Amino acid sequence: MSNVNTQQAAPKPPFRLDIKAVGPLVALILLCILGYVLNPAFASEGNLTNILTRSAFIGIIAVGATFVITAGGIDLSVGSMAAVISGVMIITMNSAIETFGSGLTTVILGCGCSVILGLGAGFINGLLTTKGKIEAFIVTLGTMGIFRSLVTYFADGGTLALDFDIRGVYRPVYYGDFLGLPIPIWVFACVALIGWFLLNRTTFGRYCTAIGSNEGVAKYSAVNVDRIKTMTYVIQGLCVSLATIIYVPRLGSASASTGVLWELEAIAAVIIGGTVLKGGYGRIGGTVIGALILTTIGNILNLTDLVSNYLNGTMQGLIIIIAVWLQRGPWQKQASGQT
Amino acid sequence: MLNTEGFRAPVLEATNISKSFGTVPVLFSLSMDLRPGEVHALIGENGAGKSTFMKVLAGFHQPTKGRIKLDGQEIALPPNGEAEALGVVLIHQELNLAEQMTVEENVFLGRELSRFGVLDRAKMRETVQGYLDQVGLTISPTDRVSDLSIAEKQMVEIVKAISRNARVLVMDEPTAVLTEAETEMFFEQVRRLKDSGVSIMFVSHKLAEVEAISDRVTVLRDGHWITTAATTDLNTETMAQLMVGRELSDLFPPMNEVDVDARIMLGVENLNTASCKDISFDLKRGEILGFSGLVGSGRSALFEAIVGLDPILSGQIIYEGRAFKPTSVAKARDSGIVYLTKDRKDKGLLLNQQMQPNLTLLSLAKFAGALGVDWKAEAEALARATRRFDIRAKTEDSLVGNLSGGNQQKLLLAKVMEAEPKVLIVDEPTRGIDVGTKQQIYHFLAALALEGVSIIVISSEMPEIIGMSHRVIVMREGEIAGELSGNDINEQEIMRYAAGLKSRSMA
Repeated sequence: MSNVNTQQAAPKPPFRLDIKAVGPLVALILLCILGYVLNPAFASEGNLTNILTRSAFIGIIAVGATFVITAGGIDLSVGSMAAVISGVMIITMNSAIETFGSGLTTVILGCGCSVILGLGAGFINGLLTTKGKIEAFIVTLGTMGIFRSLVTYFADGGTLALDFDIRGVYRPVYYGDFLGLPIPIWVFACVALIGWFLLNRTTFGRYCTAIGSNEGVAKYSAVNVDRIKTMTYVIQGLCVSLATIIYVPRLGSASASTGVLWELEAIAAVIIGGTVLKGGYGRIGGTVIGALILTTIGNILNLTDLVSNYLNGTMQGLIIIIAVWLQRGPWQKQASGQT
Repeated sequence: MLNTEGFRAPVLEATNISKSFGTVPVLFSLSMDLRPGEVHALIGENGAGKSTFMKVLAGFHQPTKGRIKLDGQEIALPPNGEAEALGVVLIHQELNLAEQMTVEENVFLGRELSRFGVLDRAKMRETVQGYLDQVGLTISPTDRVSDLSIAEKQMVEIVKAISRNARVLVMDEPTAVLTEAETEMFFEQVRRLKDSGVSIMFVSHKLAEVEAISDRVTVLRDGHWITTAATTDLNTETMAQLMVGRELSDLFPPMNEVDVDARIMLGVENLNTASCKDISFDLKRGEILGFSGLVGSGRSALFEAIVGLDPILSGQIIYEGRAFKPTSVAKARDSGIVYLTKDRKDKGLLLNQQMQPNLTLLSLAKFAGALGVDWKAEAEALARATRRFDIRAKTEDSLVGNLSGGNQQKLLLAKVMEAEPKVLIVDEPTRGIDVGTKQQIYHFLAALALEGVSIIVISSEMPEIIGMSHRVIVMREGEIAGELSGNDINEQEIMRYAAGLKSRSMA
């Protein structure tokens, strides 16, 4: 066994390639090459922008999920949460027209409402998990059902549609460009960057990892476990509300089928990106790539006739299983080295 | 009786066993034999190689060198407990039972009896009942394991072993978690097994028990074979001498007296918690105060309350002359009181992380600036800590779980020292580590006290308490049983208080 002390003289390699970290990126690049070979239209500017824009919803939610999962939790309620937030946003904006008109004020009011709901819903999930001492899986399974039924109730079983005038004002948030890129891509990028900073560069991120690794150790190391865990759900809620804000102008409506299975897509993106499901190791960059991989698969299936588009779910499922299977190899080798 | 010298050929015989982990040698050419119907104790200090040797004998580790003979035949024992099929069974200290299943289900786990594909419960129950009667255990085969006492669980493990026709039982500290009455019951079973011809090898730190139950004793020290002798030729005193093999003064640094004028850093008055009653004591600047007592006497619980991990019901704490309310570990840390847990693997270190995040976790706020956690400062702290505490790892980014116990413990000590404590509470600071590392830790703690840090040492290892402490407080059943200082600090006095033979009111 060599000694760290003796190694200090040797210069550290400036940059090391971590297979586990680069794996998802390699997979995405291979997927893109495959897409281009099957149909050169894949690489068109329009199509690539389309992929990025569509990745934004799941991607933003998945960034939040990365925190929850890294800290050893899980949030199954995000899809339903997105649906109920869209519904309430639409109701709020529609009913605010009388007072504020159908201008920017109303849209801002709707967005504010979304953020408050997202933070609140996340806070409730967090509080029930930490102070209520109920497993995250159970809590969020419960709130998933509650949120889903609430949106159905608000929409009276049908669809809530945004007032036509407001749609015109709100439209650019999804369809508009800034410096040549659609707004959702900017939001996604900002969320990812802030998320990366939070997870990798702040004490908060370190505490999330510590709690996910071993809650007991975190507690004995002066980490306020309950507060940090609750914070992860609040961040998750905020991410859902941001995703909803850019989602609502896309269709201008909300119904019981809004955001169905988003929670599973978000978790899939997180896992494909290399974050460990049982916590203790999280990668925001991986999550972003995970979300892009999921959208790219769907896109390629749309562009080619090779596999039926109806098999999109099959492809995504296979990718998830293969990704985790590939990640397991090196993990197990390290674990077996323990004495 | 079969315990007289060499009447029968040994069941299990190990010759010149050496074992290395990587390049680190742990066992050096050990030999021993186990005769039929013999109880053979394996003793030695922590880190002497007892557990490793036992695992070699039960096939869990393969020896690097040396031969093992079973019934006179040379054999390579199969790994992962498959040696059970050959009649060699290792009972781990952490029992291996499915808590939510019944006794009968546990005994037959993995080789259930069935008829026409349906479990034959009646037959299994009958068989298990037979075994239970054989060892004289008064539980029912249908009892749920989680409802049993620890001693009973241990007996279930033994029944499991008998049902697999075990001829050699290897047990790792079987009495460590048992009460006196349970130990007696356990010994009763051991005698029965022995009479039926089963050979038993066990590790124990309780020398009085070794004297009471074993036929022969093998002593290991630092991975070397020291002696094997008939128990009748030894007493606890000679056993202890053989185990340590050197003057204790080598191990411990010279003791420096505490300045008589040193101010009181920590004063605890009439403190009550869920498991501690009416605790009062003072701790001076630069003093090392030992806390002794039996396992479960409330020592850890007391100090977990003092650092804010457990609620305080009544009483008060005076810290640096002012009332101190420990509301959280973070507050205690910020005030300068830190606690080093005895549970290194579950409460001390993140085993699946690298050294750097582990080192700074307790004091992370110190490393955080406006632009987030300063990785460079952290790396420098790690470099300092590896030098100061002599932490040896293969590479800087080795996972902590892959470090040896001693290096983990030094990292844990480095971690709490990053918080720059004024009062350092160390709970079992040398549990499960080798003698060399122990010595390093003792010298480090003594130097720290000399710098003016007040230290509380909680330990179940008597020599450690005696060798390190200026004063010793003995706890019993959540209360302070007595306080010793100067020449009164010796094993007999401590034991008297700890066992309840003497108490403060009597003194």
